[in-house]
Amino acid sequence: MYKILEKKIVNNDVEKIVVEAPHIARNCKAGQFIIIMVEEDGERVPLTIADYDREKKTITLIYQKVGYSTKLLGTKKVGDTIFALAGPLGKPVKHVENAKRILGIAGGVGAAPIYPQLKEYYKMGIKVDLILGARNEKYLLLEDEFSKFIDNMYITTDDGSKGRKGFVTQQLIELIESGNKYDEVIAIGPLIMMKFIVDITKKYNIKTSVSLNPIMIDGTGMCGGCRLTYDGKTKFACVDGPDFDGFLVDFDELLSRQNMYKDIEEKHKCRLDETL
Amino acid sequence: MYNMNLNKVKMNEQDPDVRNKNFEEVALGYTLEQAIEEAKRCIQCKNPKCVINCPVNINIPRFIKEVAEGNIEKAYEIILEQNSLPAICGRVCPQENQCEGACVRGIKGEPVGIGRLERFVADYMREKNLVKIEEVKNQKNKKVAVIGSGPAGLSCAYDLAKYGYDVTIFEALHKEGGVLSYGIPEFRLPKDIVKYEIENIKKLGVKIEKNVIVGKSYTIDDLKEDGYEAIFIGSGAGLPKFMRIKGENLNGVYSANEFLTRVNLMKAYKEDSHTPVYKGERVAVIGGGNVAMDAARTALRLGSKKVYIIYRRSEKELPARLEEVHHAKEEGIEFKLLTNPIEIVGENNWVKGIKCIKMELGEPDASGRRRPIEIKNSEHIIEVDSVIMAIGQTPNPLIKETTTGLDTHSWGGIVVNEDTLETTRENVYAGGDAVIGAATVILAMGAGKKAAKAIDEKLSK
Ligand SMILES: Cc1cc2nc3c(=O)[nH]c(=O)nc-3n(C[C@H](O)[C@H](O)[C@H](O)COP(=O)(O)OP(=O)(O)OC[C@H]3O[C@@H](n4cnc5c(N)ncnc54)[C@H](O)[C@@H]3O)c2cc1C
Ligand SMILES: Cc1cc2nc3c(=O)[nH]c(=O)nc-3n(C[C@H](O)[C@H](O)[C@H](O)COP(=O)(O)OP(=O)(O)OC[C@H]3O[C@@H](n4cnc5c(N)ncnc54)[C@H](O)[C@@H]3O)c2cc1C
Ligand code: SF4
Ligand code: SF4
Ligand code: FES
Ligand SMILES: [Mg+2]
Repeated sequence: MYKILEKKIVNNDVEKIVVEAPHIARNCKAGQFIIIMVEEDGERVPLTIADYDREKKTITLIYQKVGYSTKLLGTKKVGDTIFALAGPLGKPVKHVENAKRILGIAGGVGAAPIYPQLKEYYKMGIKVDLILGARNEKYLLLEDEFSKFIDNMYITTDDGSKGRKGFVTQQLIELIESGNKYDEVIAIGPLIMMKFIVDITKKYNIKTSVSLNPIMIDGTGMCGGCRLTYDGKTKFACVDGPDFDGFLVDFDELLSRQNMYKDIEEKHKCRLDETL
Repeated sequence: MYNMNLNKVKMNEQDPDVRNKNFEEVALGYTLEQAIEEAKRCIQCKNPKCVINCPVNINIPRFIKEVAEGNIEKAYEIILEQNSLPAICGRVCPQENQCEGACVRGIKGEPVGIGRLERFVADYMREKNLVKIEEVKNQKNKKVAVIGSGPAGLSCAYDLAKYGYDVTIFEALHKEGGVLSYGIPEFRLPKDIVKYEIENIKKLGVKIEKNVIVGKSYTIDDLKEDGYEAIFIGSGAGLPKFMRIKGENLNGVYSANEFLTRVNLMKAYKEDSHTPVYKGERVAVIGGGNVAMDAARTALRLGSKKVYIIYRRSEKELPARLEEVHHAKEEGIEFKLLTNPIEIVGENNWVKGIKCIKMELGEPDASGRRRPIEIKNSEHIIEVDSVIMAIGQTPNPLIKETTTGLDTHSWGGIVVNEDTLETTRENVYAGGDAVIGAATVILAMGAGKKAAKAIDEKLSK
């Protein structure tokens, strides 16, 4: 059992918790994730390790309450325990060698998984710019945390409630067109956002890393449920990823696989909403 | 007097038309009277071939003699000397190739129902609450780590605990048991029974730490640093194979591992399960082993209208246990033999059918079985909306990737010394599916025992 030590409500849908997890905090690295089971007989759901403290033996998780399991997690309070936390899983990010300047693009809750990656780059002495995008002001995550080390931050919201009105992709085109040079783009957010970003960076030939989030169960390569087509070959996101070279990912296939259980998930969610 | 009837005493089963709609156990077991009657069929051979053919060498005639005399507690003790999971082995061992395959009574008529009797003894003791297990004090004062809580890891841990070691099992999943928990379905191996037999092993003093993925959470070197003097790797063969044909990543295509994990481990067969599973109307299961039978029969029970087993060789070559093939047919599974898939056909990213080609058997190949060859122009499409790939598993590379000096074969199996099961890393042992590839519960248990003995000899020096 893994105890929740701290909890912060970020906004209506997003929360941050610090959990006791000695077996994960011991060796985890940026880019890795865990599988959480909120309760016994619950679902196994992947979440990125947003931060960790080796001494306190804790990890930080930031999650958006989109469906049954994440909402259930939202009902847990400080002092409550979580049934299962397995990890760290996935490959740590491989950093581009000799990079001088990179651009991060975070969409919505993608800010959580990109945070530890960008911080790593910063620690290596690399300049990091960031486009932080969200539906509206309330959904902009970790702005203060990023501002501590980000060189240039560009904020975009769909409704213009903060920063520039529009999508992260428009900001990206503008940055490139105005002559900014980046050795790599790291994009994490909704699949559809990553797909459109890769369409752009491909045109300008800027290496782009994306973090994929297909449906997972075990997270160890046992079930094959998280598979995707990458460079024409089948890969398992949980062991071969979650980070991949965006140019080689078959996004359309992934988009449809992600919606495989849409109808059933909707029913689950309604049931929990009734009981809450 | 021996019972010279040529046939085994029949075991009651749920009616095929009832059981193919529920997840309760198919075979109902013997009553005490039936067990005694069957036990009397054993003629107590002086040189019992059955014992040699049991990978853990249970003293079969001795335990059966006790059953024949109604001394079930004594029979249980005899079994437990060699086998820590009798209720499980009695149910799932491929007895026809093992103990029963060598029974002299099988020369003319059916062999003695050794598996059924083993199952009876374990069930009787459990149901009557007669099992007494005492914790073994760890007199040796030495720590040993076991990776994986499948049959290999469990039997290794059990023996090590009995030798007096302080044993901790590290398990990647949230539940112990390996394939016994996530693979083999409830209707063939009830999970309460698995849990019970594992609880008995824990009562000996074995600790189990779940949610720990060795190679990720801790490396083998971390474990050595933490004071484990020997390590046994029983991580199984958990990497599903795919056919690499077109359409395999369509929605509606599962590996058998994923399908069975969703249903068994995550309990998706229950209405209120948090984990979803897609129930196809018409399902094709590819493969002919136990895994394929389990996936097909599970699909049927979830409500699929039509379930096919598609297998490229003929009935004779089906690797599944005989009983499972028989049960699958009774329940209404349709076998498409000498048929091989070449493409999964889709529409809007969902499975719509499976394109197959007919096969015929040619000359024997390296495995001694006749090689299937495609028959020209015999392509045809079978309409299905779900496909389950059950064509095998290989060992998972997670541990190898993070352990320097641990050699594996090109197909993934860990290289070991055949006599001691020691790997190419000193004091690191391995056994079960991780070493020989997907095999059987009892072979995995045999390996666990063998390694435990070698570990004890090494650490006692
Ligand atoms: C490697 C990885 C890292 C992730 N990191 C984060 C993170 O840091 N913060 C965060 O908020 N979200 C993260 N996610 C997404 C998160 O796992 C899903 O939002 C969550 O599983 C939704 O579950 P639910 O029951 O609440 O919603 P549901 O209503 O069940 O599902 C909503 C959508 O989430 C996805 N989903 C559902 N079940 C799973 C599953 N078992 N595995 C993966 N995706 C699933 C599907 O696309 C589905 O349509 C990550 C996903 C992956 C694969
Ligand atoms: C569906 C199905 C049906 C079968 N039916 C039969 C049958 O009827 N009769 C029969 O004899 N055999 C059957 N088998 C085969 C049999 O189950 C296996 O041969 C046997 O379970 C192998 O035992 P094992 O201990 O080597 O591995 P497993 O049972 O696979 O156990 C390995 C364990 O190690 C854990 N693990 C893996 N990697 C790590 C890691 N890095 N760190 C920590 N833990 C890890 C896994 O989660 C798992 O719990 C069947 C198999 C399947 C899949
Ligand atoms: S353990 Fe398996 S092989 Fe050995 S006697 Fe029992 S059923 Fe037969
Ligand atoms: S071979 Fe058959 S008859 Fe002989 S001892 Fe074994 S079970 Fe009994
Ligand atoms: S989640 Fe099962 S193989 Fe990746
Ligand atoms: Mg869900």
